[in-house]
Amino acid sequence: MLRSRIIPSLLIHNKGLVKTVNFKNPKYVGDPINAVKIFNEKEVDELIVLDIDATRNNRPPNLEMIKSLADECRMPLCYGGGITTVEQAVKIISLGAEKIALSYSALNNINLCQEIGDIIGNQSVVVVIDVKKKKIFGGYDIYTHNGTQKSKWNLFDLITELEEIGIGEIVINSIDQDGVMQGYDLSLIEIVREKCSMPITVLGGAGSLMDIKELISKFKIIGAAAGSLFVFKGKYKAVLISYPNREERKPLYK
Amino acid sequence: MIGIIDYGSGNVQAIATIYKNLNIKHQVLSKPEDLEKADKLVLPGVGAFDATMQQLIDSGLKDKLNELVIHKKIPILGICVGLQVMGYGSDEGDLPGLGWIAGKVKKFDKSQIEFKPKLPHMGWNTIKDVQNHCLFKGVDHDFGFYFVHSFYFECESRENILATSNYGGEFTSAIYSEHIMGTQFHPEKSHRNGVLLFKNFAQL
Repeated sequence: MLRSRIIPSLLIHNKGLVKTVNFKNPKYVGDPINAVKIFNEKEVDELIVLDIDATRNNRPPNLEMIKSLADECRMPLCYGGGITTVEQAVKIISLGAEKIALSYSALNNINLCQEIGDIIGNQSVVVVIDVKKKKIFGGYDIYTHNGTQKSKWNLFDLITELEEIGIGEIVINSIDQDGVMQGYDLSLIEIVREKCSMPITVLGGAGSLMDIKELISKFKIIGAAAGSLFVFKGKYKAVLISYPNREERKPLYK
Repeated sequence: MIGIIDYGSGNVQAIATIYKNLNIKHQVLSKPEDLEKADKLVLPGVGAFDATMQQLIDSGLKDKLNELVIHKKIPILGICVGLQVMGYGSDEGDLPGLGWIAGKVKKFDKSQIEFKPKLPHMGWNTIKDVQNHCLFKGVDHDFGFYFVHSFYFECESRENILATSNYGGEFTSAIYSEHIMGTQFHPEKSHRNGVLLFKNFAQL
């Protein structure tokens, strides 16, 4: 049987690994390659690596860094950050990533998803959607550039469009829950799940393995991604890379 | 020596790293004539069917592969699209495949998948090693392997089915015909199980 995926999500900023809170205050937590080595030993289901500087600084993906990460990864790797062309996406797949994640460039030109999919296969195209609760009327706004630019896209229109194209996966990243470790925004996921049939990975809010268990028991097959949970330990957030082992994971998948 | 074929598709380096750590002689090969140096070949693949076939044709690898695999019986392991190209063709594209194993690549029928997500079939799934083949020696079937695909290989003959998995029904997750083998999943991204599979292939 297919299992849900429990996915560490790593943010790269100034070549180091960082963790943010509500997309702000990046705190240095270590060296990316070192983290990948530890996650190899822990046999993680998958890894998401997002370069949070690339789009913000309007620069292309750092291929050298991606290569060194992909060479090390013994698990599937999804890379995102600064991809704006088919050529870049193809190159990143050839360096050994399984999936490429788009955000701003897909929202800016939705056709890019299909253009990339035609070459690398639609299953390897991921769109990361950063969302924030609307302050007054309810619902959600979509943001790009690390939560600094509001997108014109309506969340449901975007999901419907992506479903039609048939991309591989969407990552729903909650800006409100990011780094807060108070649990996932389950009502957000519920409405997204209802709107589409493609794989969803949820990011933002996981504070304990119980949060992951709750998400999986509610949605059966889903990607449960987390940043803080897998890089911090204890209430003072001491940096410690961790991940449940094979035995500890078994009850979470049920 | 294991020759890992580099034609601009797939996790060539990840496979090379695994063989390096296993201390097994291997080389990344991209020129058709270089393939002759290998005792065994690995054909990786990530991508769309036609794009993959076209790369094999344009690089001259297709003809060389036919010569080595069909006439010289060099063992080969295809991965993901590297498996899919071993059949007659695919629902995903128009180009004919290599035609080494009788079968066609089909798209999963969404209506048969009674839960969400539907497609792609993506993540870790268990396998059933139906032939008790030595390629799976020591493999933890319940831990399984990593998959990411929407198309699967449908064998004309059950004899060619090496392993099956379940996703909205049973499908073929590995195929073989004597010295020709292929996995729909990605052993290069499947931790210890994957490492074992590559080791077993080298020791066949």
